[in-house]
Amino acid sequence: MEPKGQPQAKDTFMSAITWTNVRSRVRESKIPPVYGILIVVFVAAVVLDAIFGRGQITSGTILTNMVVRSVALGIVAMGQTFVMLGASIDLSVAYLISVTAVMASYLMQGDPARVPLAVTAVFAIGGVVGLINGLIVSKLKVNPFIATLGVGLVLKGILNASFETFVGAVPRSFQTLGYGTLGPIPISILVLLAVTIVSALVLSRTRFGSHLYAVGGSEITSRLSGLRTDRVLILAHVVCSLTAVLTGLFVVSRLRSGAPWVGTDGLYDLESIAAVVVGGTALSGGKGGVVGTLAGVLIFGVLDTMFNQLGVDTFLKQVLRGAIIILAVASYTIRSREKAA
Amino acid sequence: MAHISTTAQERSLWDRLVNGLRNIAPIYVVLILLLIGIGTQNPTFLEPAGFLNLLRRAAPLMVLTAGQLFVIVTGGFDLSVGSMMSLTVIGASLLINNDPANTWWVILVLFGIGIFVGLLNGLIVSYLNVPSLIATLGMLLALRGAGLYWTGGAPRGYLTDNFRMFGRGWLEPFPMIERFPYAVLVLIVVSAAAIYLFNQTNLGKQLLAIGDNPRASRLAGIRVEKMRIVAFVLSAVTAVIAGILQGGFGGVNPDAGEGYELQAISAAVLGGAVLLGGRGSMPAAIAGALALEALFTLLNLLGLPKPLRDAVQGLIIIGAVAYAAYRSRRTR
Repeated sequence: MEPKGQPQAKDTFMSAITWTNVRSRVRESKIPPVYGILIVVFVAAVVLDAIFGRGQITSGTILTNMVVRSVALGIVAMGQTFVMLGASIDLSVAYLISVTAVMASYLMQGDPARVPLAVTAVFAIGGVVGLINGLIVSKLKVNPFIATLGVGLVLKGILNASFETFVGAVPRSFQTLGYGTLGPIPISILVLLAVTIVSALVLSRTRFGSHLYAVGGSEITSRLSGLRTDRVLILAHVVCSLTAVLTGLFVVSRLRSGAPWVGTDGLYDLESIAAVVVGGTALSGGKGGVVGTLAGVLIFGVLDTMFNQLGVDTFLKQVLRGAIIILAVASYTIRSREKAA
Repeated sequence: MAHISTTAQERSLWDRLVNGLRNIAPIYVVLILLLIGIGTQNPTFLEPAGFLNLLRRAAPLMVLTAGQLFVIVTGGFDLSVGSMMSLTVIGASLLINNDPANTWWVILVLFGIGIFVGLLNGLIVSYLNVPSLIATLGMLLALRGAGLYWTGGAPRGYLTDNFRMFGRGWLEPFPMIERFPYAVLVLIVVSAAAIYLFNQTNLGKQLLAIGDNPRASRLAGIRVEKMRIVAFVLSAVTAVIAGILQGGFGGVNPDAGEGYELQAISAAVLGGAVLLGGRGSMPAAIAGALALEALFTLLNLLGLPKPLRDAVQGLIIIGAVAYAAYRSRRTR
């Protein structure tokens, strides 16, 4: 995909700004192609809103809201990117988000002093769930689709057997995560940015990151080259579960209290996978990255906001969403020689 | 390892027995154990009437799994079937509009919608090269939205008795056992057709070949795109049948098919199908669906609350697949 020969810096500097020039520069900068789709979707949203809506979509409040809505999905989608780069998948995240939301508000009981305990506890739970997912996938060789679906069912069962509705509450101070601002910028947006940047750095600058791409590209080759592929995959699953926990904490900080259905109702499992694939990460692993995923998530955010501004029926929104997921992925798979399954 | 004293003939007999047992798909053993378990809890389930009732309740999932297997062996998934089931139930209640005379053409229309959805899934996967996981996930969202949009959020009306007959009706009188559920009749017909298509026609072999190696299949002259589309259409058609059965059994419910897509995939995998294609057995997959329903029944009889049944289901699915993976590593 990447252009082979890199033009000399001098040439690029001297030549006039032509379309091809801009295009090759964009390619060199390694901006994933999904940003093109994001721009198209955004422009379409602005135009449609100007014609049929109130023309307010470019206002600061709405733009900020758009991103804040994307935060919950965005954080877990970063983790989902890790496992999908390793040619695995995690269907248990939605249930883990529910578990986190419920356990956090149950343990906090509205008492600010109990926040550290609750946060430590839910991250510990997440770590264990990720470890179990990773062990089942890598050591027992269970297809990740089935493995994480099974773990999700177990989480769902335990959760629903223990809690029926909203339990406990998070203290007001904890809601800063969901509603607070730092200057003009909502803290939630900063959290999403931080998670994205850290993930991008882990993937591009650490040994684990390179190994993950290698394992996703070809598990056998990596193993024969001496990589401990199992460990890489397990770590990716742990990372994914930890991001799900962070999403759960964000969700509960906005809802004030956790209920067993908050994760599954948000469709975080399927939507995070969709966001990752729309963002350009291959389902077969080894290709893509979190920067693309961010754009995938933002596309969903723009669409949601546009539908709201235009007053599109809630159910029709789902239909359009489904269609757009397919079209977005089709826009770059349609040219690929490789046949999908 | 063999005992020195064993004569050749004895050994061969023993070996044959062991080999024979090894070749039985483990799902049948699991199924028999589950049925024995059910029998110890409530023997009426093993009497003809009780067993037919169990089959009747399992029929939607078994039919759905048969369809799902066609897609799974090609290396794909069909996540849209649960929504398709719900849409069938919703569509039936709206189109029949409480008039039994409408039932027959409505059923035809529902099959038409199903075939259209299957075609669309197949075309998207085959010609837009979208991975089936994403294509059918998009379809899942779209169909769910479409169903709810159609009803305006709350389903109206009810399903007429002649529509519900398939799901909950009994054929009376019936020789030997007084009455026989229509749903099981449908199940037998669909299973027989699916097994015939899968085992006796080129279709099944071609689908398996595509799942095993799409490039080689293409070079061997299989029309890969067309066959994939056929698989998705078959899957969608079984979803309509499952929806009709489920609607008959459970009445109007906009979530009638929710979660069924993952159960069908789990059932096929329990029956030895390999995700990402190339391996699968139709009778074993259908038995897998029955085993899953038998498991629910057993857990219910044991008095486990519904949530814990989910947890046990999760553990058993993982365990079964881990065991299958272990077996295939050992034999290799």
